Amino acid sequence: MSKGVWIAGGGVICGIGENLHACLDAFEKMQPGMATMQHLHSVHAQTFPVVEVKAGNAALAERAGMPAHWSRTALLSMIAAKEAIQSAGIGELKQYRTGLVSANTVGGMDKTEHFMEAFLTDQSKGRLKEVVHHECGSITELVADALAIRHHVSTISTACSSGANALMYGARMIRSGMLDVVIAGGTDALTRFTLNGFNTLMILDQQKCRPFDDTRTGLNLGEGAGYVVLVSDAVAEKVKPWCKLSGFANANDAYHQTASSPEGIGNYKAMQGALQMAALEPADIDYINLHGTGTQNNDSSEGLAIERLFAPAFPPVSSTKSFTGHTLGASGGIEAVFAALAVKEGIIYPNAQFTTQMKELPFKPATTFSRGNTLTHVMSNSFGFGGNCSSLVFSK
Amino acid sequence: MKAYIQGTGCVSAQDSSIFPETIREYEGNRLPVADPDYKQWIDIKQIRRMGRVIKMGVAASHISLQDAGLKMPDAIIMGTAYGCLADTGVFLNKLVTQQEDMLTPTAFIQSTHNTVGGQIALLLGCHAYNNTFVHGAFSLENALQDSLLFMQEDPSRKVLAGAVEEITDYSHAILSRFGLYKNGVAAGEGAAFFVLSAEKNANSQAELTAVEMLYKPASKEETGSHIEKFLNRNGLQPSDIDLLITGRNGGDDSYYEAIEADLFATQPVAKFKHLFGEFPTAAAFALWMATGILKKQEAPKAIMVKGEAPAKIKRILIWNHHNTTHHSLILVSAC
Repeated sequence: MSKGVWIAGGGVICGIGENLHACLDAFEKMQPGMATMQHLHSVHAQTFPVVEVKAGNAALAERAGMPAHWSRTALLSMIAAKEAIQSAGIGELKQYRTGLVSANTVGGMDKTEHFMEAFLTDQSKGRLKEVVHHECGSITELVADALAIRHHVSTISTACSSGANALMYGARMIRSGMLDVVIAGGTDALTRFTLNGFNTLMILDQQKCRPFDDTRTGLNLGEGAGYVVLVSDAVAEKVKPWCKLSGFANANDAYHQTASSPEGIGNYKAMQGALQMAALEPADIDYINLHGTGTQNNDSSEGLAIERLFAPAFPPVSSTKSFTGHTLGASGGIEAVFAALAVKEGIIYPNAQFTTQMKELPFKPATTFSRGNTLTHVMSNSFGFGGNCSSLVFSK
Repeated sequence: MKAYIQGTGCVSAQDSSIFPETIREYEGNRLPVADPDYKQWIDIKQIRRMGRVIKMGVAASHISLQDAGLKMPDAIIMGTAYGCLADTGVFLNKLVTQQEDMLTPTAFIQSTHNTVGGQIALLLGCHAYNNTFVHGAFSLENALQDSLLFMQEDPSRKVLAGAVEEITDYSHAILSRFGLYKNGVAAGEGAAFFVLSAEKNANSQAELTAVEMLYKPASKEETGSHIEKFLNRNGLQPSDIDLLITGRNGGDDSYYEAIEADLFATQPVAKFKHLFGEFPTAAAFALWMATGILKKQEAPKAIMVKGEAPAKIKRILIWNHHNTTHHSLILVSAC
């Protein structure tokens, strides 16, 4: 790459912690966040464990400095974005050309699904303030306005790979010299819409999910938000950045609207493309933060694609979704923060609930937390519906 | 960074010629797409299952690829503000009325915002870069900007870029309650796609010179000065613009008029939303029209608001704004 793009900081809120420090603590203590839902109201509450952020909207609104009637998606986004900016230590944003590139999959759906109850009985009914932020982009603007970001504001929605694509777009704008700083990542709150949607696909586990385990039967949905602060070379010189975003690629599986190809063509191409941009060989990767949802299909496709690309030597791999659940549009952002921090502090995250190695794979995930490893290059995978596959590489 | 427009395709409320023999007029405040025969592009078995917005997107993207003589793009980059509203509505309706019971996956699968981009890739067997921007009236503009940045990394790449939007009964009822369709403003929908290439060749129809977004300007003055600076950065003055295409929608157009009077007092001005309707990605139709105008060196009479396009049309500026908060500037030049 001609110009560098650096990670100056990151922030996360999810079902295992209200900030990045709390998340790390949960990893270290092997405390996954799956539980019976407390905040979402669904008839499936007793059937499917979820990984909710352990706070109601009133408490989140207070932390975010936003009204409590706004979509939970915006509240989570604001909390994680603020933490990211504070951690970056780059001072006031207004001195830079700053952008916000945020991803989400269903915008203000948590409010829309409530609105629909009245609207469907009579189209003149339902409070409009519940649908005013339905659009994905509207959620991003609530946060951009609260952070006084005006140079660039955009929203990406490519299902479960959305957050990773937000980092790519942000990086492109920094490399081209358009912006100095980009807050990039994603957010999604749990909704009945997504819970029921994934239920119709029969890929929700009624137990804690078991990514990359031969006994896996599905995913647990989670919620949260995660953002990194991407900065240019010039801004990076003023601070001590965590690491560099050295490579990224997005490819399409072009196999099925929701299922992955058995051999993981899109996954392979995304990982290969990211390595190529970073000018690295597979053997240079020291840890992979897997997409690892816990579904039969994903883990098998992703695993086989990793085998094809990395065999015979496999780096440590693990899925942090075994703690956080699948946070959909947020996952690429949350896991980018985890991956960037992994480079900075030499952390390998554990894969919880693991018992049995997958028959078709010659490797198994790391199951214990460790710090102080020498990690020069870390890969983060995010794959989704619509065949969208993205990989990011973070380097020292 | 600039690119060349190698092919265009659109499915809109009008027929697919920029000089339509007859302009379709609609009663009321809704301009639905004049559905083409989708069998031309999509297998009949798939048509039945496919949402309307997907069909529009697949059709428009295929027309643009055909026009460009390109079989396989190196990227598919889309914009849509509302996404797949019909399937979202179907799933929401069943979710609420059936109280989360006995739901089926089809509508959910087709409800995700990247469905159209994913289906285009699936039908083409295209494993390339694939992205979907969902940012209101900046969705198309970000798709174009990402395309330009993607080609900057490798100028041999050819990108399929475009936008889709659909109106549904639910969305129309809700947006009407927000007061969007007053004073003659009509809702629109449709799909428009472009094949972009960093390299110019005999197929190049127009040059996509620059794209810019302006978010929440504090005043008309800031907007005017921003437009002027945008032109200056591209080595131009307002007087160099041969045709200004604005997003006038028949409602309150005073914002356009005030800045035009300041910057473009003597320039010919056109509009397009009376033909295609108002929706967040409507500027895609202005770009589609501008490409045709530059290629044919003639502007259809039906679009002119003020003055006449000159005999030689070199530069067109598209300026669209949504609620005065989201301004998009797309500069297109003859090549």
